[in-house]
Amino acid sequence: MVNKSLKKLYTFLIFAFLYAPIIVLIVFSFNSSKSRGVWTGFTLKWYVELFKDAEVLKALYNTLLIAVSSAIISTIIGTFAAIGIYNMNGLGKKVVLNLNYLPVLNPDIVTAVSLMTLFRFLRIEFGFITMLLSHITFCIPYVILSILPKLKQMNKHLAEAAMDLGATPLYALRKVIIPEIMPGIITGGLMAFTLSIDDFVISFFNTGPGVSNLSITIFSMARRGINPVINALSTLMFIGLLGLLLIINKRTDKNQGERGGLI
Amino acid sequence: MKMKRTSYPYILWMGIFIVIPLFLILFFSITTGDSQNISTFKFSLDNFKRFFTPVYLKVLGRSVNLALISTVICLILGYPMAMIISKEKIKKRNMMILMFVIPMWMNFLLRTYAWLTLLGKNGFVNYIVTKLGFQPLNLMYNDKAVLLGMVYNFLPFMVLPIYSVLIKIDKSLIEAAEDLGANKLKVFMKVILPLSVPGIITGITMVFIPAVSTFVISRLLGGNKYTLIGNVVEQQFLWTGDWHFGSSMSIILMIFILITMAITSKFDKDKEGGGGGLW
Repeated sequence: MVNKSLKKLYTFLIFAFLYAPIIVLIVFSFNSSKSRGVWTGFTLKWYVELFKDAEVLKALYNTLLIAVSSAIISTIIGTFAAIGIYNMNGLGKKVVLNLNYLPVLNPDIVTAVSLMTLFRFLRIEFGFITMLLSHITFCIPYVILSILPKLKQMNKHLAEAAMDLGATPLYALRKVIIPEIMPGIITGGLMAFTLSIDDFVISFFNTGPGVSNLSITIFSMARRGINPVINALSTLMFIGLLGLLLIINKRTDKNQGERGGLI
Repeated sequence: MKMKRTSYPYILWMGIFIVIPLFLILFFSITTGDSQNISTFKFSLDNFKRFFTPVYLKVLGRSVNLALISTVICLILGYPMAMIISKEKIKKRNMMILMFVIPMWMNFLLRTYAWLTLLGKNGFVNYIVTKLGFQPLNLMYNDKAVLLGMVYNFLPFMVLPIYSVLIKIDKSLIEAAEDLGANKLKVFMKVILPLSVPGIITGITMVFIPAVSTFVISRLLGGNKYTLIGNVVEQQFLWTGDWHFGSSMSIILMIFILITMAITSKFDKDKEGGGGGLW
């Protein structure tokens, strides 16, 4: 009995630790004072001001646009790459797989400065394009890593059988392989989206004047104090994602489909 | 089958955006000159010499030290948590794992910044401390605050891989050990712990690497005084403009990580699973 309540207490403490800052952010998005730390009363004015704040809205737009485009592009490139890598063998496969691991293992800051050096070297103007290119670059490896296990689980002879029956390789790819590995593709795409939306380090080094995403905006605000508008926005995003998750969970519960797609 | 051709676009992409940039960094690290003008570049190892002076070695030492401590704390806090979760029923288990992932959906800068509200001079913790009649504590802008930020941000990266290994352990192994008379401690030491080593290894690398190279956590919670190696790299690239020195430090950081990986991968038998353990 003691053991059990001890476990409960421990779990509670860990989750309290994880959620304390989030609760603080949500609570302070309703605080009428601009300064953090002092509660002066309930207000919704930050939610109203959010929709008037051009700087924050522009940053949100950039964040979402980059997250969606880099998720789509990296999922497409990554899916084809994963199928290709799966069909490679020998040294070539080993080299490609290891190079693919580099952005995953390398510290963010090293990936960031190396891309920054490349763009400077190629004399590409820093801005939206450089940010998008760097996001795609660090997202693809994760897409590949989430698709490869699905390819391994797939029956090797499925595609061959399809082609023996007269399907062209492209047709076999479209009708057999892609549907088989779909869960992996979806996981990879969602992961790319999440990674991109939460990235700060790589965006910070590879953006240009005037182009900013939410993370960069927050970082530059951190010195002068964060505008509560940001708290309001993150509260909305957080609740939005939570709602989305509940809907997805309900649907998968009904379908009894493969769980854990979001993790 | 000619299917491997589908990877060619990515191999090209990888060449341009992964391989060439790293060679550029390497090239910058062994040259000196005006960073913006390639004709002034001269081969030199001065950047590395400069790094191996007490000032920068101290920064490296501090970074490694903080990263190691935070990794150990994450392991001590995370392992029991992963064990508790892995013993729950499947529905509750998924729920709890999800609860570890959900905080990551809120911008991590903002989450880290929120600790200021909790720990700052007029923060929540000090409010309680002073209400209890004590002197307010100085909780922010020191290495403990940076440590807290690291543990807070990277704890899920320790729990998730350990958890995913723990749930795969064959229950009959544990039962067999119990049938053979092992007590709980012995079962843990001789069966569960050795079998969970791959998860621990993945967890350690996933916490240590971002912790040793962070510049954001130290900036937000450590103030301007608290410099880690990530801060120096950032400074060189964005403010001082000495890309050569910045590159040499990135190379050192990379080598450091590669050595860590080489050491840890020795313990990790499931090679292909490596970095994917978290997911």
